[in-house]
Amino acid sequence: MSSVRVLVGTRKGAFIFTSDAKRQTWDVSGPLFPGWEIYHLKGSPVNPDRIYASQSTGWFGQLIQRSDDGGRTWTPMGNEFRYEGTPGTHQWYDGTQHPWEFKRVWHLEPSLTDPDTVYAGVEDAALFKSTDGGQTWRELPGLREVKGNLWQPGAGGMCLHTILLDPSNPDRIFVAISAAGAFRTDDGGQTWRPINQGLKSPYELPGPAAEVGHCVHGMAMHPSRPGVLFMQKHWDVMRSDDAGEMWREVSGNLPSDFGFPIAVHAHEPETIYVVPIKSDSEHFPPEGKLRVYRSRTGGGAWEALTNGLPQRDCYVNVLRDAMAVDALDPCGVYFGTTGGQVYCSPDGGDHWTTIARDLPSVYSVEVQTLA
Amino acid sequence: MIIVILPQHLRTLAGVGREVELRVEALVTPRAILDALEARYPVLRGTIRDQGSQQRRAFVRFFACGQDWSHEPPDAPLPDDVVQGKEPFMVVGAMAGG
Repeated sequence: MSSVRVLVGTRKGAFIFTSDAKRQTWDVSGPLFPGWEIYHLKGSPVNPDRIYASQSTGWFGQLIQRSDDGGRTWTPMGNEFRYEGTPGTHQWYDGTQHPWEFKRVWHLEPSLTDPDTVYAGVEDAALFKSTDGGQTWRELPGLREVKGNLWQPGAGGMCLHTILLDPSNPDRIFVAISAAGAFRTDDGGQTWRPINQGLKSPYELPGPAAEVGHCVHGMAMHPSRPGVLFMQKHWDVMRSDDAGEMWREVSGNLPSDFGFPIAVHAHEPETIYVVPIKSDSEHFPPEGKLRVYRSRTGGGAWEALTNGLPQRDCYVNVLRDAMAVDALDPCGVYFGTTGGQVYCSPDGGDHWTTIARDLPSVYSVEVQTLA
Repeated sequence: MIIVILPQHLRTLAGVGREVELRVEALVTPRAILDALEARYPVLRGTIRDQGSQQRRAFVRFFACGQDWSHEPPDAPLPDDVVQGKEPFMVVGAMAGG
């Protein structure tokens, strides 16, 4: 019988929730790595018992943990993230140049085909790759050669937070960086180019044709259509039908087009989810109502999903890596909040239940669908 | 033997108790102690000092014999009481919010 394993990273540790296919009752394990910030955990699609976790604190720096038994036991792996060559500089908040400095790993993306290969998106923004299960890491430096001197940190830091691997083309990878934009490689990470045409950031960037500098908050794709990308930008929900060559806005009737996460339904490539946040200065839901918005038309037309979610006095945020879907039928949708709640909808967003209510602030949510 | 006291998170990480005993063959300095500590417990590499620059991490402090050694040169000789194992070399997580 199928089951799901929900991997939750929080400000003070990690938690793992498991349930059968009904997704009504949950077993909880954790906190794992108590007291540490867990920015992200993700399992290998090839070997679901292999899970990678990013563990850090401001005191003791970055660690990478790996489990080979579904999260029961963990082993520290390599934690040396050294930029290739002379790191150089990027733009600082005041417009001056600032040296590249490693701070933490925001996102881990295991390979679709090899459990020993995993990518790490880091702050200050760069992409690293391990081919030995996380023991050693090597930067793919071609990315920072794409006008890296013009990248600048967003409010959360200059982080590479999104890594999308194209299931139809092992040489194609998409990444997104705050605040640099979206980038694509077609040669396995050797060379990159910005894919930001059509994005508009009138208050942050000097010109509408700026190639880099856009504050992308998250990107998503459906594995059956890797050329179709969805993006939650600082402001605006965007869509590209040509692998990022051109973007168009699909914010439509959303109450706010500011937000962080974006996700695609497991079985309906035109069904997407966002969680609108009031504004860049007020990171909580409009009107104090926590609403997931679903579009069944690939954007443009959106409906509020509220059944089971707090509809008054709710002032939490949902961070960029804190929403995910499972592959069951019907598709389950999950998200975690900065208030420590984790919600699950086992029916594609129609009804929501709380599977955790009082966790530390949730940084990330990933779901594994187990046979 | 040199006695090193680690903060809780690093004890958990290294799988040790409050105190660690180390043999340091060279002149006993903060750098020599940390070299020996990391050689014995490789998982601690990068947690006390940066792996590239070897600089002390900003929110880590060193104390010995009631003195703050955080800002002393890494090759400064430590007091005899530390060398003789009468006093510990303490690695401390600095007070900082969170």
